[in-house]
Amino acid sequence: MQHSQSIFPEPALNRRDWLVASVLATTATPLLTRSATADIPTAKPVIWDNHCHLSGISGETPAQRMTALLNFADRCGIQRLVVYMGWPFVHDPEPAELIRQNNQVLDAIAGHEDRVLAYAYVSGNHPQTSLQEIRRLIENGPMVGIKLWVARRCDDNAVDEIIAATTELNAAIFQHTWIKTTGNLAGESTPTDVAKLAQRHPHAKLICGHAGGNWELGIRAIRPYKNVLLGIAGCDPTVGLVEMAVRELGASRILFGSDAAGRSFSSQLAKVTGAGLSAEQQQSILGGNLRQLLTPILTAKGVPTE
Amino acid sequence: MIDTNVYLSRWPFRRLRGDHPTELAKILRQHGITQAWAGSFDALLHRDIEGVNHRLSDMCKKHGAGLLLPFGTVNPTLPDWQEDLRRCHKIHHMPGIRLHPNYHGYQLDDPNFAELLKQAAERNLLVQLSLTMEDERTQHPLLQVPHVDCTPLTAIIKTLPTLRLQLLGAFRSLRAPQVADLVVAGNVSIEISMLEGVGGIEQLLKHVPLENILLGTHSPLFYLDSAIMKLQESPLAQFQREAIKTINAQKLLHK
Repeated sequence: MQHSQSIFPEPALNRRDWLVASVLATTATPLLTRSATADIPTAKPVIWDNHCHLSGISGETPAQRMTALLNFADRCGIQRLVVYMGWPFVHDPEPAELIRQNNQVLDAIAGHEDRVLAYAYVSGNHPQTSLQEIRRLIENGPMVGIKLWVARRCDDNAVDEIIAATTELNAAIFQHTWIKTTGNLAGESTPTDVAKLAQRHPHAKLICGHAGGNWELGIRAIRPYKNVLLGIAGCDPTVGLVEMAVRELGASRILFGSDAAGRSFSSQLAKVTGAGLSAEQQQSILGGNLRQLLTPILTAKGVPTE
Repeated sequence: MIDTNVYLSRWPFRRLRGDHPTELAKILRQHGITQAWAGSFDALLHRDIEGVNHRLSDMCKKHGAGLLLPFGTVNPTLPDWQEDLRRCHKIHHMPGIRLHPNYHGYQLDDPNFAELLKQAAERNLLVQLSLTMEDERTQHPLLQVPHVDCTPLTAIIKTLPTLRLQLLGAFRSLRAPQVADLVVAGNVSIEISMLEGVGGIEQLLKHVPLENILLGTHSPLFYLDSAIMKLQESPLAQFQREAIKTINAQKLLHK
């Protein structure tokens, strides 16, 4: 062993913790819960996935797709999912399309309220419809946050009313971000845009999606703004992402998500389980932080948080 | 388990947990890997290919107690590349070679590529063809490397019935039906490091025969757990899981 040459600390836990043992074993018990040897911790982590979609999975109806997604989530030991957007993906949806896709999500979560949470799909290009959807789906409905995608960058003041209304309801604000080497879409936000949003809305519960893709840049951009959490879903499981995020932001500002069904639950869970974190840090990222973020609104809605 | 896609040495853009061979060997063993087919990150950009292959061979001998099998690289655009191939075979006793056409700057319709495959097949060397190292959207702006265009590959494979070919990092640029077309053209296998989508292996099995699917992690650039956990995410029978994680690789190596 030549760990003196390593730039990384030794994992606080045996890294075979929970999951690899389940693959080595012969039965299909849920991921992350089995131990094959005595030195592997058996504590079952609470996993809440902050980033799921109904696209990319088979099923004619929203209900069928939700059931299929939950079956895979079960295999990976994921207790709760947050879903947003219907299908097909539309970069700049008209108001009617926003409403249609939100209704798909309402149909999907019906009957699964104990496991599945939802964010309303809104757009800076349609602030009035977005405000109506926030009232319909969050204030008077079951949803607990909003999703802003790529229609309009979030450094634009056009989104301010949307952010203010969502913040008033204690709901989460998920903003997709990328810093693509190949070039962003015209309306695609970057983590720097989210940072500007955070300056204007210091009490908003902001989530910087995809860690900006180029995460070494994304983490730096949001670092000064404590009301911005880092979503780590939907980019490749490149080693170093979560390690750097923990170092620069602290584990309490990182949210696990998968970007399923387009992404594998496994590839995204691996970012957390493979980062050499303590059990406490892993638990925060895998579920604790999201639960803490959403507890006020869930409590107000009478939804259990355990 | 046999991991058919790992790398030694340093990724040019980031230090990685596991970028020292002792550390990587430890991580691999902790995850139940009993054999790992190793290329070298140096092979991407270095021009002294024999230097790269020599160091790779040495590192595999010195670290991991037999865990690491070296797959040297050959760049068929370099003068006298045939000697690099010969040394991989006769001097370093490598079981195969790993090619990086996109980093080496040639297309698959280059006649030298077909000649390289032909000579590798004659030497009974397994050929690993890396199609993608990383998401094009996250590449360093000063080194944007396109995915390998596999369009010419089917026709070449059909002319080389004894060639054993494995595609690495295939799923960033190819969809499962395209992979299926390549697989039926000859003795072509793939690995799952860049396979995405929930239940990805279950979906892949609808297009590609079980015996052509191998475990590959792309470690240490990717978290090792990613590929391994995919074996659990999809509802596979035990024989399917065993085939992907061990048996198919054993068969491919010893054909």
